[in-house]
Amino acid sequence: MMLLKNRKSWHIAENQVTPERLYLSRRQIMQGFGLGLGAALAGPLFRAGAAYALPNFGIAKKTNYAGDEELNSYKDITSYNNFYEFGVEKSDPAKYAHALITDPWPVEVTGHAERTGTYSLEDLIDFNALEERIYRLRCVEAWSMVIPWVGVPLAGILKKFEPTSKAKFVRFETLANRAQMPGLRSRVLDWPYREGLRMDEAMHPLAFMAVGLYGKPLLGQNGAPMRLVVPWKYGFKSIKSIVSINFVENQPQTSWEMQNPSWYGFYSNVNPNVSRQRWSQGRERRIGDFFKRKTLMFNGYGDQVASLYAGMDLAKYF
Amino acid sequence: MAWTKKTRKTLKWFLWIGISLPLLWLFYNWALLVDEGFNLGYLTSLGFHSLTANPIEYTNRFLGDWALRFLLFSFAVTPMARIFKVKQLVAYRRMIGLWAFTYVSFHLTSYIVLDQFFDWGEIWSDILKRNYMTLGMTAFTLLIPMAVTSTKGWIKRLGARRWKAIHKAIYVIAPLGAIHYFMMAKGNQLDPKIYIGIVVGLLGIRLWFSLQDKTKAAAGKATA
Ligand code: HEM
Repeated sequence: MMLLKNRKSWHIAENQVTPERLYLSRRQIMQGFGLGLGAALAGPLFRAGAAYALPNFGIAKKTNYAGDEELNSYKDITSYNNFYEFGVEKSDPAKYAHALITDPWPVEVTGHAERTGTYSLEDLIDFNALEERIYRLRCVEAWSMVIPWVGVPLAGILKKFEPTSKAKFVRFETLANRAQMPGLRSRVLDWPYREGLRMDEAMHPLAFMAVGLYGKPLLGQNGAPMRLVVPWKYGFKSIKSIVSINFVENQPQTSWEMQNPSWYGFYSNVNPNVSRQRWSQGRERRIGDFFKRKTLMFNGYGDQVASLYAGMDLAKYF
Repeated sequence: MAWTKKTRKTLKWFLWIGISLPLLWLFYNWALLVDEGFNLGYLTSLGFHSLTANPIEYTNRFLGDWALRFLLFSFAVTPMARIFKVKQLVAYRRMIGLWAFTYVSFHLTSYIVLDQFFDWGEIWSDILKRNYMTLGMTAFTLLIPMAVTSTKGWIKRLGARRWKAIHKAIYVIAPLGAIHYFMMAKGNQLDPKIYIGIVVGLLGIRLWFSLQDKTKAAAGKATA
């Protein structure tokens, strides 16, 4: 289990991010050593090895925010998803999300900002300035992945709308289209799915708007065409398939908090010290591993984001 | 309506195989997974396993689901036999119940071995702290004496009355199993509610029957 101890918690890759093909062959070499059962179990027993085609996004800059932790495979990332609009089973989104129509993709921008209105995806995302960022993703269900996202910093998008001083929070909504999303028929949550961030969280350089992963445009199950990635918070904060951005003055209600306020809070920062009734959050299983690993405060991004919460009681504002 | 020996045997095998299928399917998929994970290559031609990218979570849930289904199935045998007037069904209740116990045991084992890997501290605090797990463990504990005393020898040894008392535990276990599931649902899921509904229905039918029996018995006494 590799934990980042003596490394900076992030570094810019000297060359390029290791593509999955190389990483696979490295693993095959390791397996060639004829490890015993115990040692092999300690390694990545279940990692699926789907080959991945060459990128079709031009990527201007690549940054690795997950140290030397291994990437999860494209197959794992695109076949094991929580996206209840397509069904509550992990395999449902991959089964049904191909029906999602992402072109055209109008986004409604409302609230306390100078330039509100309806925008297209191309208005929001500068496809000539795409970055790759490798982040850990920690789900509240105590599993995690390492994912090479492609996208742009969220702050850059939000600044385009010139939010006013009254904009203290930003609120997002996912598409809720019954014809395309079979899961909406059951009221598992109060649709549409909604999430929110405090303005300073949203403007933080780590907050990211992804349009792709592994160099390719996002698939429906991962939140195509555009989804949030907030790596220091539990995965459900990283809202998918966004159709609405709303600048508001008061802390907005979020879907999971509305559903069960004692399990889910507005902040939902990854915090191994605050466990909730449903799960203990001290450890997590990296998808592909047999043994669990310790969960890191702020998912390992404390150096960068802890100052956002200075003086706050994180057990109270969970 | 007497059943021939052949009918009884056929139904027995039919049930036995049917109930074991989910478990066989699970083992088969784990064989594919291990074969692929260790690059053994014996089973490559059979394709990829269906246990998702998180086989441990999938396995535990799969076993929990089937444990609950067979538990409720065994609980439904007596009322079904009465409603459809096929007394012979009661003869299969023990087998179905023991299979349900088997699934619950695998469910618990998958939690201890696969999910927690014998981290007893974590397991203990989970069972004490998380209400849904406290209930699950209670249900399992109550099932043990039922499984142990399921043989003819035990019925003789205990006497029918005491044996029946032990097996009345199912009236608690079935609701606990369904509530265990209901309490862990994160959203407003339908499935756990359906199971709760089934349990309530089965309890209701049994109550109805026992009330009917009582009035009949009372009427019988009055005319005698
Ligand atoms: C009569 C006994 C039991 C029955 C009928 C039962 C049934 C179930 C069912 C139906 C589920 C939900 C599966 C799903 O989400 O699809 C479940 C989940 C679970 N059960 Fe049980 N269970 C029993 C006993 C236990 C025991 C003794 C334990 C451990 C001490 C346990 C631990 C769990 C855990 C941890 C989960 C959650 C899995 C997850 O979140 O992924 N259960 N069980």
